[in-house]
Amino acid sequence: MKKIITSTIALVAILASFTSCNNSSKSSNSGALSSNNAEKVYIAPGEHDSHYAFISGGYSGNLTVYGLPSGRMFKEIPVFSQFPTNGYGYSEETKPMLETSFGPIPWDDSHHPDISQTNGELDGRWIFINGNNTPRIARVGLRSFETEEIIEIPNSAGNHSSSFITENTEYVVAGTRFSVPVPQRDMPIKDYKGNFKGALTFISVDPEHGHMDIKFQILMPGFNYDLSHPGRGKSHGWFFFTTYNTEEASTLLEVNASQNDKDFIAAINWKKIEEYVNNGGGKMMPANYAHNLMDESTHTATTTMKKEVRVVNPIDVPGAVYFLPTPKSPHGCDVDPSGEYIVGNGKLSANLTVHSFTKMLDAIEKEKFAGEAYGIPILNFEDVLAGSVEQPGLGPLHTEFDGQGNAYTTFFISSEVVKWKLGTWEVIDRKPTYYSVGHLTIPGGNSAKPFGKYMFAMNKITKDRYLPVGPEMEHSAQLYDISGEKMELLLDFPTHGEPHYAAAIPAEIIKENSLKFYKLANNKHPYKATNDEETRVERDGKNVHVYMTMIRSHFSPDNIEGVKVGDKVFFHITNLEQDFDVPHGFAVIGANNAELLIAPGQTRTLTWEPKQVGVWPFYCTDFCSALHQEMQGYIRVSAENSDTPLKWSMGEDIE
Amino acid sequence: MKKAGIIMIVGSLLLLGLFKFPLWNIMLGAPQYPDPLGMNIHITGIQGVQEFDLQNIDGLNHYIGMKTIPKAEEMWEFSVFPKVILAMSLLGVLIGVLGFVGKVSYKYFLGWFVLMSVLGILGMYDFNNWLIDYGSNLDPNAIIKVTNPDGTPMSYKPPLIGYQKLLNFDVDSWPHIGGYLMFLGMTLTLVAFWLGRKTSLKQ
Repeated sequence: MKKIITSTIALVAILASFTSCNNSSKSSNSGALSSNNAEKVYIAPGEHDSHYAFISGGYSGNLTVYGLPSGRMFKEIPVFSQFPTNGYGYSEETKPMLETSFGPIPWDDSHHPDISQTNGELDGRWIFINGNNTPRIARVGLRSFETEEIIEIPNSAGNHSSSFITENTEYVVAGTRFSVPVPQRDMPIKDYKGNFKGALTFISVDPEHGHMDIKFQILMPGFNYDLSHPGRGKSHGWFFFTTYNTEEASTLLEVNASQNDKDFIAAINWKKIEEYVNNGGGKMMPANYAHNLMDESTHTATTTMKKEVRVVNPIDVPGAVYFLPTPKSPHGCDVDPSGEYIVGNGKLSANLTVHSFTKMLDAIEKEKFAGEAYGIPILNFEDVLAGSVEQPGLGPLHTEFDGQGNAYTTFFISSEVVKWKLGTWEVIDRKPTYYSVGHLTIPGGNSAKPFGKYMFAMNKITKDRYLPVGPEMEHSAQLYDISGEKMELLLDFPTHGEPHYAAAIPAEIIKENSLKFYKLANNKHPYKATNDEETRVERDGKNVHVYMTMIRSHFSPDNIEGVKVGDKVFFHITNLEQDFDVPHGFAVIGANNAELLIAPGQTRTLTWEPKQVGVWPFYCTDFCSALHQEMQGYIRVSAENSDTPLKWSMGEDIE
Repeated sequence: MKKAGIIMIVGSLLLLGLFKFPLWNIMLGAPQYPDPLGMNIHITGIQGVQEFDLQNIDGLNHYIGMKTIPKAEEMWEFSVFPKVILAMSLLGVLIGVLGFVGKVSYKYFLGWFVLMSVLGILGMYDFNNWLIDYGSNLDPNAIIKVTNPDGTPMSYKPPLIGYQKLLNFDVDSWPHIGGYLMFLGMTLTLVAFWLGRKTSLKQ
């Protein structure tokens, strides 16, 4: 026994020495490599990154802005979620942005940002992103980097195959992942099959202001519409959606929706449907959905409840919709820069299926149909297949393109990115990701003109990649250099929330347009005060309106009396600064909402309901100057039945 | 003499550039102001280089008790300077034309130059006086009071010309396009004088 123990120890010692030997040689290798890579991602202090990356916040409901190649986060743009950091969704001006037909919703699950395009190329004017849970599409302006508009999508549920835009930003498209009764009604769930519908929504975008309006909804069979992408170049005018659950199961989908050998990619000729609609086709159906618009001059959002929507039954427009059989519950639906190849990433398939747009048109022309589903023609798999990448990996999800004839596909199960060649379908390179990659992004990768150079993968599992922080942690992205034949992993960086898709763009396209501050002269807020003479306090029943200004480093007025318990005090505060990066904050003790962060030239309103008698302070929360700590004031709250007169002052004792 | 007359006319006309371009420029840069704040001094008034520069300079200066940058109507100079410049330009053109047709001698060219130089020096002297007042006539209740090592209050007078460090600010004060056109114009009148003299000596 003793002998065995001794020999075991000896063996372990030998193994350990081997291992440590291995380790040291490995680390010296990666040391040399990583110093080279460090230079590739190092942005010296004060210098700018070459690209912006807009990464979806997933269950944070927001959109984050990063720099590439450094992986530094610059901003979190609140979109679908309340954001106490600056008062978005709490201030009176921004509350309407989160209004829906279900009432105000403080949160959503944001997925797929897409940058506006002109002639198939990124133009950097706006970025769109979908709210998945309570179906909505938001438009974020890339001058202000603020959410400017949110439109709710009726007849939809699980707004997942969204928000992808056509090559001239004619439409932002939103497809439903969950089919539902249309219109919604009380019915047995088991009667799903044949009765539920999947709405694919085409939202027109005003070319000048970006304002969104639902042009039409196509009421498709009750499948799950998972992801989508626009045709471009030769296939401009078409839109492609992957589907799963063509079995139309309503329970235990992980088994019941995985039975068919092939599901479909739905090919939609939206130009044809647009023409049909422009000629009065389709029908207006009663609906109820919110359209929320931020006005840059009043700094105030308004909600309009829309009461009808135009719906189109696809079989009423012959030749507008076809199904392309695609193996095994395809997830990503990606179109190459030329518009010829449509990649169906069959997530349970061993191969990667690529359809040919040319062959699809040919099969349609020759009417070679394999059958139909709910009146929609199904093409033959072999007739539309351009080729397939054989055994590239396990669990393909998403594909992007570098504009050099190469495609890059993520594989969730085998946790890797695989580079392959369009047309020859040969695998060129594969690199592991850490771990379980979802989407990937190449700057301009979803356009006719990708910019190549960088690719980043967004991972679902981060585990041991960073210092441990307990059971809950941020996700992670990994940046690869794709300028060479082989991909090279450069950098890990944490992301905020769960990054689904991201959109990236060369910085020079947008950075010069970025707004520095709002012009006070253009401020048309009804409760603004632009100088000391306009500051005042007015009582209207129980409502008290404070017209207040802020400038380094005081509030005006900063002494207020005559407010009573039970009042509702509206602090309407205008930041008089007209300089870059001089926001002021406003916080008042006991506020049940949040603070305000007010940009120069902007007016924001915080509602405060005093509950206790006393003299209560308010102060600036954003260190604004050498006298920031002096930027404070008091509001006196008297008993409900008191007769303290309403008074206000600044710079003198209140009389 | 014809050539000298034309040069005299051109030189005098260059003064009119001051109605379009700034005479002088003062830029204020600091770590917090990678894009410096700036003021352009025109003969008709002071303007910000960027739209809100004057407002932001005033905003910063209030900490140390400096007065706000004067509006055009608050200083007599901005109504007198344009008249003087216009008059000198017209006078120069008149002398040039008379020189061209041979009615006056080249010595008038020098006379104009000397007069213009005297007026210019007076203008600079006046401008410097304003800078001294602007930089040192401070509000006794200023938020921040900085004293020199000898205990006297620090002056924030920007340099008349050149570079100076004022607290956290790098201040540059140099002529601008209008000023350079004026100097070029004045130089041309000297050239006209020299040419006229050369021509007359030959005769």
